[in-house]
Amino acid sequence: MRGAIIAAMAALWALAPMGAVAAEHELPSRDWSFEGVFGRYDKAALQRGFQVYREVCSNCHGMRYLAFRNLTEIGISAADVKAIAAEYEVEDGPNDEGEMFTRPARPSDLFPQPYPNAPAARVANNGALPPDLNLIVKAREGGADYVYGILTGFTDPPEDFDLGEGMNYNTVFPGNQIAMPPPLFDKAVEYADGTEASVPQMAADVTEFLAWAAEPKMDERKQLGIKVILFLIVLTILFYATKRKIWAKAH
Amino acid sequence: MSQIPQNRIVQWIEYRLPIFSFMDHHLIDYPTPRNLNYWWNFGSLAGIALVIQIVTGIVLAMQYVPNSDLAFDSVERIMRDVNFGWLLRYLHLNGSSMFFAVVYIHIFRGLYYGSYKSPRELLWWLGLVILLLMMATAFMGYVLPWGQMSYWAATVITNLFTAIPAVGESVTRWLWGGFVVGNATLNRFFSLHYLLPFVIVGAVVVHLWALHVHKSNNPLGIDLKGPRDTLPFHPYYTTKDLFGLGVFLLVLALFVFFAPDELASSDNYIPANPLVTPTHIVPEWYFLPFYAILRAIPDKLGGVVAMFGSILILFVLPWLDTSKVRSARFRPIYKQIFWLLVVDTIILGWVGANPPEGNMILIGRLATAYYFLHFLVIMPLVGKLERPRPLPESIATSVLGGGGAAAEAAANKMEKA
Repeated sequence: MRGAIIAAMAALWALAPMGAVAAEHELPSRDWSFEGVFGRYDKAALQRGFQVYREVCSNCHGMRYLAFRNLTEIGISAADVKAIAAEYEVEDGPNDEGEMFTRPARPSDLFPQPYPNAPAARVANNGALPPDLNLIVKAREGGADYVYGILTGFTDPPEDFDLGEGMNYNTVFPGNQIAMPPPLFDKAVEYADGTEASVPQMAADVTEFLAWAAEPKMDERKQLGIKVILFLIVLTILFYATKRKIWAKAH
Repeated sequence: MSQIPQNRIVQWIEYRLPIFSFMDHHLIDYPTPRNLNYWWNFGSLAGIALVIQIVTGIVLAMQYVPNSDLAFDSVERIMRDVNFGWLLRYLHLNGSSMFFAVVYIHIFRGLYYGSYKSPRELLWWLGLVILLLMMATAFMGYVLPWGQMSYWAATVITNLFTAIPAVGESVTRWLWGGFVVGNATLNRFFSLHYLLPFVIVGAVVVHLWALHVHKSNNPLGIDLKGPRDTLPFHPYYTTKDLFGLGVFLLVLALFVFFAPDELASSDNYIPANPLVTPTHIVPEWYFLPFYAILRAIPDKLGGVVAMFGSILILFVLPWLDTSKVRSARFRPIYKQIFWLLVVDTIILGWVGANPPEGNMILIGRLATAYYFLHFLVIMPLVGKLERPRPLPESIATSVLGGGGAAAEAAANKMEKA
């Protein structure tokens, strides 16, 4: 009885926040490379995902914390990062004359935003505000599965469904009406590594990239974690042995 | 006394400030009941959890910016650009959950073994004061990242004060520092979130002071009768506490390194937006039972009173419990209702996590009613009607043999459970 209650308490502790906002929609479950204790980001997928973000998503969605220099963390060489940055113009200044000016971006610059402000973004998107994608994987219940589900969830609406003007039907989005038109179509990008650019492939790649953008220190965290856990296991065993030895005389 | 080195410097200091004999008295030679089980580890663990929170918190405060326009971004900067900032933040975030888990077990241990009874009433009160301070601190800390849940938690909780008759509106505005939850609110919450942990430290010192007057309660719930009943704190309980610490750190590390956001709400990774209300506003897991009690009462003021009452009622527990026997080991009926209370609290937590719809409302109300019934009716009655089993003569006879075999059997059973 007591054991069962303690187990129930532990289970409730772990489950409480999940029960709080139960997902209303069935999410496609994918085996992500970064899941689990030994899961790590797949650098090739991250680079392909960056390409999808850059060529497709970044037209409407910003990444407020992403700097060009961060791209070296997904395996792009420093020289290539410099070249990628130089393709963008950023505003700088004021100069000695007090004027703002534009110059080619440097690795230390943030990735440019698609719109100068929220109203400009709304005007360009039929009144809808495209959310910033930097934390999107952590900011949605369901995480990577949810983002992947949205990207692959566009279908024709059921016959009796009343779809709003300029809206699109999505099986995963809450309420099923999403302002974003289907962003991906086959061969939307051309992968340098020869991977076939199917919609599920691009969706998976860009989701992996967004997962990295939301939690860039995950690889470092899990690597350190394994060492810490092993150390603590040994330490705890030694503590237990010490305790047993000390107490042997007391009973 | 025997432990103090005969070193001249030590003696010089000792003569002027007897710090060495103080430490010897309270940490080394300190007589501790020899039969404490592992449930007694959670007091020292709570102290360590507090230290972890203060140390990580002070370093986080060096990088965090308490401004409603910058707070969210500054937390993300800590996660990305501060060396091991992610580790500090995840330790602090999950450390708070561990702190509450440890303290709740500590409190339930006190309930089971009757640690609140004479002469430990003030010790119990000080513990409850620490719990209330912890809750205030945790709530204000949760607001600091200024995500959606931060903002809406601040809005919901501060709005509770509007329930106060007549002055509610002005009190709430005074708490906000304005007409809405905003930058002024964030600033004062940061200030208080930094201050209150040190108030907790003060309360902990007095808690320990009171503890060391009559010493720890023990699983048998009987008084210490002589030196045969005790062991010196060091090395017996220092080594036992260290083993507990190892297990505690393992659990904390599992969360920090492999499930750091498991206990957090994904909505808090969306920057605060006063124009968009999240679908479900849910507090952290450690507030869920209280949240369920708040929502169980259909009246706002009534809900607030019930919520605070659920903790305040614990202050009168030493007088609501009419039994002379402390430990539930010798109280066959109380032992049953204790576990019913544990189950009731879990049900309340589960109700608090779910939207108040359908059966949840009814279950929440029944569980809330039972919570108060337990303390106000069942406990006083059980104390009067129950026939406790005979108490052992002393801790020593129970633990070391020589009579009280039944009690020893009970003790062994407890240890293995």
